[in-house]
Amino acid sequence: MTFEFLLILESIPKMLAGLGITIQLLFLSSFFGLCLGIILLLMRISGRWYLSFPAFMYIYFFRGTPILVQIFVIYHGFPQFEFIRESIFWPILREPFGCATLSLSLNSAAYVSEILRGGYLGVEKGLHEAGMALGLSKYHRFFFVTTPIAVRLALPAYSNDFISMIKATALASTITLMDMTGVARTIVSKTFAPYEIFIAAAIIYLIITWFFQRGFGLFEKRISRYTIR
Amino acid sequence: MNDNNQEPIIILQDVCKFFGDFQALRNINLQVKKGQRIVVCGPSGSGKSTMIRCINRLEEHDSGKIIVSGRELTSTVKDIDAVRREVGMVFQNFNLFPHLTAIKNLMLALKLVRKMNKSQAQETAMRFLERVRIPEQADKYPIQLSGGQQQRVAIARALCMNPEVMLFDEPTSALDPEMISEVLDVMIDLVNDGLTMICVTHEMGFARSVADSIVFMDWGEIVEMKSPDEFFENPESERTKLFLSQILSH
Repeated sequence: MTFEFLLILESIPKMLAGLGITIQLLFLSSFFGLCLGIILLLMRISGRWYLSFPAFMYIYFFRGTPILVQIFVIYHGFPQFEFIRESIFWPILREPFGCATLSLSLNSAAYVSEILRGGYLGVEKGLHEAGMALGLSKYHRFFFVTTPIAVRLALPAYSNDFISMIKATALASTITLMDMTGVARTIVSKTFAPYEIFIAAAIIYLIITWFFQRGFGLFEKRISRYTIR
Repeated sequence: MNDNNQEPIIILQDVCKFFGDFQALRNINLQVKKGQRIVVCGPSGSGKSTMIRCINRLEEHDSGKIIVSGRELTSTVKDIDAVRREVGMVFQNFNLFPHLTAIKNLMLALKLVRKMNKSQAQETAMRFLERVRIPEQADKYPIQLSGGQQQRVAIARALCMNPEVMLFDEPTSALDPEMISEVLDVMIDLVNDGLTMICVTHEMGFARSVADSIVFMDWGEIVEMKSPDEFFENPESERTKLFLSQILSH
């Protein structure tokens, strides 16, 4: 077997053509995932079964099935239904990008809501009581006492999830999307050099990950400054 | 101060409280008037904390009546927030908001509950930090303060809301011995300024010097309520005598 180091260097710039799609998928899915995750969290901690039970089932379903299966169901399955083809969402669901964003968002929401719930449960009961004793309303306690602390507690797990999402975007290449992995697969089919090309792709993923890892690290340090003596 | 015609700030009438099958409070009757300082003592598990936690409804009583500043405690949320504004509470574990500096711990409720603007809140907060002799620590986070300092901030936080009555739930029990006196000194100061309070504590010296009544509780009921002199010199019940012999034997 021959291994061409040069080919790795040459293919990296080509791969960057897919970087835009990868980053868009990452940001859009994380954003929608976070929004939906917060809604699920509120449903889950509402203390009302008709809200918490559907949220529980949602989380169970999306954590209990592979993302790849979810992507296939949305991309291959949804267009079979007349009412989806006629709905206002069809322009989004017709495109592989829309399908990938939707499935990654839905999947991420399930994990994010559980991560945030962990943060909320970690806030000491005594702080709620202190807030109550001061006459703070439920709403004030939630926004000014619980949330800032819960966010700090949940951040390490959230950054872990975000970094998994960077890699999960690669699954979009299975539904014809030209993200970085999609571009890599196309180059492989032309050059028949899977090692070099995929190593080049791996290097780019590592670099992206490094940036986000560092960013989350700094943010964590900043919001944790009150935990240091 | 103890004008007999005056309406009590707090009235507890036949209050009972259960935790499952366990009866934590048995027919508690107690009245607190303006300026009164009541110290509650008794063995652990005797219902002292439960009783004061019922007064600002951190616990819900199961039967009987609790009236605070003329408002009866029921399950109406609006009334409860109104009552809590008039009742300050200091906890054993301080429960300062860890993500806020000392002064911001005070300012939070001043802004949100008392609707002060930032500079009013800051000024008020600073005045109360001075009152608990800790103004120089205003910009520190709770974790950067000693236990005694944290508890003094917690006292200032409750006090700056200008409550009609303060509840202290074993305010010195979580402190290292050398820090107990700085907290008690602050409390004695407040009492001398006419603070109305109910204080659960095991500090008998403090009880003796500041209380005008000592309530002794055991098994969820008030066994006796007396002036400090009477209580220490002349306890009636066997349970009180036993308790006193246990805590004063060292």
